[in-house]
Amino acid sequence: MGNNVLEHSAASEIFNKDTERVGWHDETLWFVRSKRDKAAHQIQDWELLRETASAIKNHGLSNLHDYLIQFEQNALNNGVQVHWAADAAEHNAIVHSILSKHGVKQMVKSKSMLTEECHLNEHLSQHGIEVIDTDLGERIVQLRNEPPSHIVLPAIHLKKEDVGETFHQHLGTEKGNKDPQYLTEAARQHLREKFLTRKVALTGVNFAVAETGEFVVCTNEGNADMGAHLADVHIACMGFEKLIPKREHLGVFLRLLARSATGQPITTYSSHFKKPRPGQEMHIVIVDNGRSNQLGRADFRNSLKCIRCGACMNTCPVYRRSGGHSYHNAVAGPIGSILAPNLDMKQNADLPFASTLCGSCSNVCPVKIDIHDQLYKWRQVLVKEGHATIAKKLSMSAMTFTLSNPKVYQLGGKIGRFMMQLAPFAVNNPLNPWYKQRDMPTPPKESFREWYLKNKG
Amino acid sequence: MRLLGSPSSILFSKNSIMSSRDKILKAIAKNQPSLVALPSLNGLGNPTEDIVTQFKTILSGIGGQVIEIEQITDIAAFVQKHFAPNARIISTLPELSAIAETNWQNEDPHTLENVDFAVIKGHFGVAENSAIWLTEELLGQRVSPFIAQYLGIVINKNDILPSMQEAYQRIGQAEYGFGTFLAGPSKTADIEQSLVLGAHGARGLTVFLVAS
Repeated sequence: MGNNVLEHSAASEIFNKDTERVGWHDETLWFVRSKRDKAAHQIQDWELLRETASAIKNHGLSNLHDYLIQFEQNALNNGVQVHWAADAAEHNAIVHSILSKHGVKQMVKSKSMLTEECHLNEHLSQHGIEVIDTDLGERIVQLRNEPPSHIVLPAIHLKKEDVGETFHQHLGTEKGNKDPQYLTEAARQHLREKFLTRKVALTGVNFAVAETGEFVVCTNEGNADMGAHLADVHIACMGFEKLIPKREHLGVFLRLLARSATGQPITTYSSHFKKPRPGQEMHIVIVDNGRSNQLGRADFRNSLKCIRCGACMNTCPVYRRSGGHSYHNAVAGPIGSILAPNLDMKQNADLPFASTLCGSCSNVCPVKIDIHDQLYKWRQVLVKEGHATIAKKLSMSAMTFTLSNPKVYQLGGKIGRFMMQLAPFAVNNPLNPWYKQRDMPTPPKESFREWYLKNKG
Repeated sequence: MRLLGSPSSILFSKNSIMSSRDKILKAIAKNQPSLVALPSLNGLGNPTEDIVTQFKTILSGIGGQVIEIEQITDIAAFVQKHFAPNARIISTLPELSAIAETNWQNEDPHTLENVDFAVIKGHFGVAENSAIWLTEELLGQRVSPFIAQYLGIVINKNDILPSMQEAYQRIGQAEYGFGTFLAGPSKTADIEQSLVLGAHGARGLTVFLVAS
């Protein structure tokens, strides 16, 4: 683990101290997961859609080089300026140079996990540029000086009381007013003024189409469109894996995205940007930042198929009970845990272990990424590369010793059952990690081996 | 735009954007898996028969409403009923010139900030999600459906398609600078998953279905 970053297990422990809030967080995300199920069951071709989306992405990754060149050529023909960034630093420098060229010190930004990954806001702020996040959830966490805790629901870790207090401090809303309608209206007024006065708008990209050079941005709030259509300059930043071959494939992905994310049939706005409006300047920044490396890892390249719906997070029993911030990565949850080790293996070595490998993530993934298999495979890689913690190494060698010595194993079982029956306090105490947030089961009276020896007769 | 470059030019432009482009493309060419086929889209779609009813049901489920009208001028009655006489109404439909401004397409988009109701035409609606396809030439200005407090969209009853599958078949290779699928009013649930209509875009959407 790197400096000042708390491991997932340690961060979860802090999150779990407020039992009531953890229960609420768990239920809220499960509610979103249930809405996803309902939406999926309402259309008959859901499984075929998932299969098709997965196959389109597999094809896209297998021909990515040519599709990127096709996309670039079409975008240039459409009058869009195309930039390429090898890493986060170059991405940030490109965005900064566009702002500098126009002498602009203020910018509105709609949701873009890529700019979180690149820490764009911090970079621009160091250069005296103010960035206003315009998605309501992102604005809330920005005012609180926190990162988003979920890729689709950035403020899902907060209760309305928290938002009420934040808005009271920063936007001057009434003290103690926590009505979501009232708070949303306050944000609408506050951000409308920003949309009307900012000259540059930055958006993310949900899908980019090689065939036409257009890109699609999906929002429910309309913030990407309010920013882009009122600004003189529109900058769109995308990881290169956002590329899909043809326009008609948007039909497949737009049917899956919102149903998987929130259970809506589609987002309110699915905006297709192809050319700048007359007098406007439009830029696309295509970013690698480790993605080409991930493409070369046969076991892990599937993670690049991700369309960032967040379904794997909503369903994950670990995410729901540990919160997004415990993953110390722009993308949290199961998908984040297979993307993060590629960015920094040492810093993110704990994340593939933040899973029960239950497989629920893979079952809900709209593009059929084998997420739980990859979590398991990352564990092998991380241990081989020497990134396992000392505690894990010691317990693994103790385990190996016990499991390869039947006498030791039998004795260990006996002692365990004996202790749990006669002295339950020896295991039912906070020193035992298995006791946290759960009760230990009643131990059996005998082992299967003992039972078998008695009954085989 | 493609510069392969001599060794000296690569050295010289080590940090330039062009060399990142080549570096990225080279790494992708090296690391991408061997080619797999593109799947067919056959068999995808929405088999619902009464697609007009489905469109209406889904739209009301996401906070919009449908009003069936005989002709476009019927919208005037709706406007008179729901908006004050001094409300700012804009439209791209010449039939509505008696009740709406129809000459705002070339103004600075920021001047639309005080529009109370915008009425525009849509190409078609999609039954499975009640989205309506709009492109630039129908919007007057790109920002119009987003910046207005309330939005009205006119579509013909026989321009409702079953699913996004048929929607993209209809769009085909059409040329546009900007297009959007718009489904219902602007919304957010970012505060404790409580649904609130009117985040940044229109607070309400009325779809006027014109009898065919």
